[in-house]
Amino acid sequence: MKNVLYYKSKKVVVNTLIHLFLISVAITCLYPLLWMIISSLKTQDMIFKDVSLIPHQFRLENYSRAWQEGGFGRNFLNSIIYTVSVVFGIVIISSMAAYAFSRLRFIGSKWLFIMFMAAMMIPIPGSFVALYVLLNKLHLRNTPIGYILCMINVGLSTSIFLLKTFFDKMPKELEDAARIDGCSKLGIWWHVALPLAKPVLAVVIVFNALTVWNEYILALIIFDNRQYMPLQVALQTFQGEFVTNYPLLMAGLTITALPIIIVYLLMQKYIVKGVTQGAIVG
Amino acid sequence: MKIRQGLENYIFVLPAVTIFAVFYVIPFVWVFQLGLFEWDGISFTKTFVGLQNFKEILLQDRSWWQSMWNASYITLIALTFQNILAFMLAWACDREIKMKNFYRVIFFIPPVLSEVVVGMVWRFIINDIDGANIINHTLAGLGMPNLVHNWLSDPNTALTTVALVHCWKGFGWGFLIFLAGLQTIPRELYEAARVDGASAWQSFRKITIPLMIPIMILVAILTVLGTMQVFVLIVSLVGGEFAGHTSVPVLRILASMRGSSRFGYACAQGITFGIVLVAISFIQYRFSKKNQ
Amino acid sequence: MLIRSAVLCIFAIFSVLGCSGQKIDSKPTITVWHWMTDRDPAFQVLAKKYEALTGTRVNFELYAPSDAYSQKIRAAAQGINLPDVFGILGEKRDFAAFIKAGHILDITPYMEADNSVWKNKFFPKALAVNEFSPDNSYGINPGIFGVPIDIMTIQMVYNKKLFKELGLNPNRPPKTFQELLDIGVKISAAGGSASGGKSAGMQGLVSGWGEVWMIDCLANNYAFNIMGKDKVLATIKGEIPYTDPDWIQVFSVFKQMQESGILAKGIVTMINKSAEQLFANEKAVFAFNGSWCVNVYKGMNANLEYGAMLPPEVSDKYPIAIWGGAGSSFMVNARSKNKEEAVKFLSWLTDQDQQAYLAQETNNLPANKNSLSKIPEILAQFARGMDYATHPNVWGVSEFSLVIEAFDRGIQSIIIGEKTPEQVAAEVQKIKERELAKKRAR
Repeated sequence: MKNVLYYKSKKVVVNTLIHLFLISVAITCLYPLLWMIISSLKTQDMIFKDVSLIPHQFRLENYSRAWQEGGFGRNFLNSIIYTVSVVFGIVIISSMAAYAFSRLRFIGSKWLFIMFMAAMMIPIPGSFVALYVLLNKLHLRNTPIGYILCMINVGLSTSIFLLKTFFDKMPKELEDAARIDGCSKLGIWWHVALPLAKPVLAVVIVFNALTVWNEYILALIIFDNRQYMPLQVALQTFQGEFVTNYPLLMAGLTITALPIIIVYLLMQKYIVKGVTQGAIVG
Repeated sequence: MKIRQGLENYIFVLPAVTIFAVFYVIPFVWVFQLGLFEWDGISFTKTFVGLQNFKEILLQDRSWWQSMWNASYITLIALTFQNILAFMLAWACDREIKMKNFYRVIFFIPPVLSEVVVGMVWRFIINDIDGANIINHTLAGLGMPNLVHNWLSDPNTALTTVALVHCWKGFGWGFLIFLAGLQTIPRELYEAARVDGASAWQSFRKITIPLMIPIMILVAILTVLGTMQVFVLIVSLVGGEFAGHTSVPVLRILASMRGSSRFGYACAQGITFGIVLVAISFIQYRFSKKNQ
Repeated sequence: MLIRSAVLCIFAIFSVLGCSGQKIDSKPTITVWHWMTDRDPAFQVLAKKYEALTGTRVNFELYAPSDAYSQKIRAAAQGINLPDVFGILGEKRDFAAFIKAGHILDITPYMEADNSVWKNKFFPKALAVNEFSPDNSYGINPGIFGVPIDIMTIQMVYNKKLFKELGLNPNRPPKTFQELLDIGVKISAAGGSASGGKSAGMQGLVSGWGEVWMIDCLANNYAFNIMGKDKVLATIKGEIPYTDPDWIQVFSVFKQMQESGILAKGIVTMINKSAEQLFANEKAVFAFNGSWCVNVYKGMNANLEYGAMLPPEVSDKYPIAIWGGAGSSFMVNARSKNKEEAVKFLSWLTDQDQQAYLAQETNNLPANKNSLSKIPEILAQFARGMDYATHPNVWGVSEFSLVIEAFDRGIQSIIIGEKTPEQVAAEVQKIKERELAKKRAR
């Protein structure tokens, strides 16, 4: 009798401690987000005087003002187009390459992979100027395609690295079965490898979406046309040279953070659920 | 037949290699050779100085090595505190507990926020003059008034505070990857261990850790690469290099490019930085190969 | 099937996006790239006005923040793709480099045409920043290469209400350094820089000294006050070492400020925006900032009662100097196809009415002498400081950037109590000698 009670209470205590731990970390994560949202609902002079978290003002018009003054409509669309194109491009290109590095044999595969790895590790300072001049020569400078290609390159190395690591661990039976069934290499990649890689693909999608969505300096340097600018560049207009309109800025930042949170919400269940579904018992 | 097969395989990597060659290799070569010149970034003429820039970095540039030291310090804290925290949280969420999904979403909010916002908000939370001094109030309220401190304005604690804020922002990624990894471990292994009479600690040590090592190495490599390049956070938290105390390599490179108008020197710094990163990652990679 | 339709979709999107639709316009268009977010609405109004007046379209494009703008300009310069009108945010040597690379039109002939009618509209100090004098060390043929569109000065401001609280006369700001230090002692006594769990009270001087150039500015102001302009320039030229007692006195100024408690806590970690926020919220008694702050404070706290003053003098041998001159300037692209139009537009933009409009809308001091009538009193106080104004861009020589960096960082170390003035002086001098040696070797 005593033993059962002991184990039961021990379990309760341990679980409570775990919950306390999780909740305290969650609070530190939530606080800044709440602060951002509450600040976006205040007016410029109140934002510094009133430092409590409890909202006294609900200036929802800050959001519509931010949207209009920042010209968010067009820029928001641009950001979505860029993010979707780049992520799509990276998923296809990097998974094909990672699959090849992992499963296919060809001359120079080892060295090519090392080059990609090295690229991941060596940042290039001042690459903006180089890319500007390069795109200029290719007549792709003030075009969305030029920007999209540059951004695909940015995420390529890390995505290939993540995917190859996963493909290396993938059991070969399913692929062998498909090959016996007469599937082409491309078919195996599309029908076998990719579905199994869903969790890693989800990480790749979230990672690259975040990178592209938050990027602004390359866009600002490459584009001369307001029409092509992504959202982050429009946001900078609130961080004026001398005056910072904090509530509008916070509203703008909240608007910017929302789509990425949505992407994450959509993807995160693949990362975890997909893994347990796809877990292949040896 | 074999040649055709070989060629077929190339098609898989062709798009990646093409984009890579154009958008990375070409700029890389341009920047690489610029390290051998003295150039202000504007003129159409450059002065060839050979390895002079590199000599200067290695022998004379104390502020560069200070920045490398600071970045390594932040990275070390990230590798230990941040990743251990991420692992513990992932392990806690791996168990059958309620609100798992809620935590999974909440913990990923910090990585989603931009570095500027994170810096601004935490500066507000920590500072007492231009902020709400919440940390100090909490410490005093919890009965530890002697721990109250100017975390960000004291040069001795500024770097550590920045490192901790960086950990806060970064642990979400490690958490995600660790959780994914933990979920691949078949439950049957734990069941079998329990039936055999193993305690929770023993099954953790003998099952969980060994299976997670490859993932831990992966996270470690990504952590090092990401953390060594931190800089936006530092500017929004402490306004800059704080007399060298919060100096980091990227800020030094930017200072060479913009402040001193020495583009060639900045490229040389960038190359040196790249070499160090490659060396560290190489060591980590080799370590992981050994443990497989 | 799915792949095929996906690929088609992508192709469709790309082909639509790939076109950067070029329209051919019969009207001349001038493109202006600028970074001044708060002035963009005013610029757009003026652009429309100009188009109605002359038929020439003016396209103001805003790229912010300013360091992103400066990178864009440099990238465009490399690609020889600069717009008709733009600004260079950088030091005189960058300006010189741009001119040497052929990017900037020499507008001296336009300025001096008709008996210098355009040139004489400006405050001489505003033009000086855009001018290269006959004996300049940059190797540029003397002339005017930029058009100032506003002027600014960097001075100190003080909060009148807090002055009253401290028992000081709000109409009599400190004139000597010692008075400033005494006020510092008063502020500390009032529990200003106290640490501990309670919130800090009133702070003394705030400024964005995390951004090192502001430290450089004040240090330089005091250098002029202590040893006079000639000795400062001689030091830059390498004739006098930084270990000279006068320079040590300059460094000690900061030590004394720190010890008296006049400096706000954590001033070395502040960016200028935080400093502006603190002063606007009446948490600081003094601020060291430029005349652009008038617009900033107005937006943050319209009821702020404050006045402008010169930095209190340390010595009475030489007058105190402040940095001032052109705030923002525009240059004309020498390779532009619309050079003449661009110059005409700039001439109109700096005319009396347009300058008065800009001054009113954005609370910046006009560059045109005749537009000063309707500015608010606080701006007028800043304007009066112009008599004492100087600027590194008018001295004809530049200090090595590594020396400036060591100088500013050294002062930061003095403020946080890590180094003594003598130590910093020795370090700065060492770097100076190294740079001089490098220069001689070339």
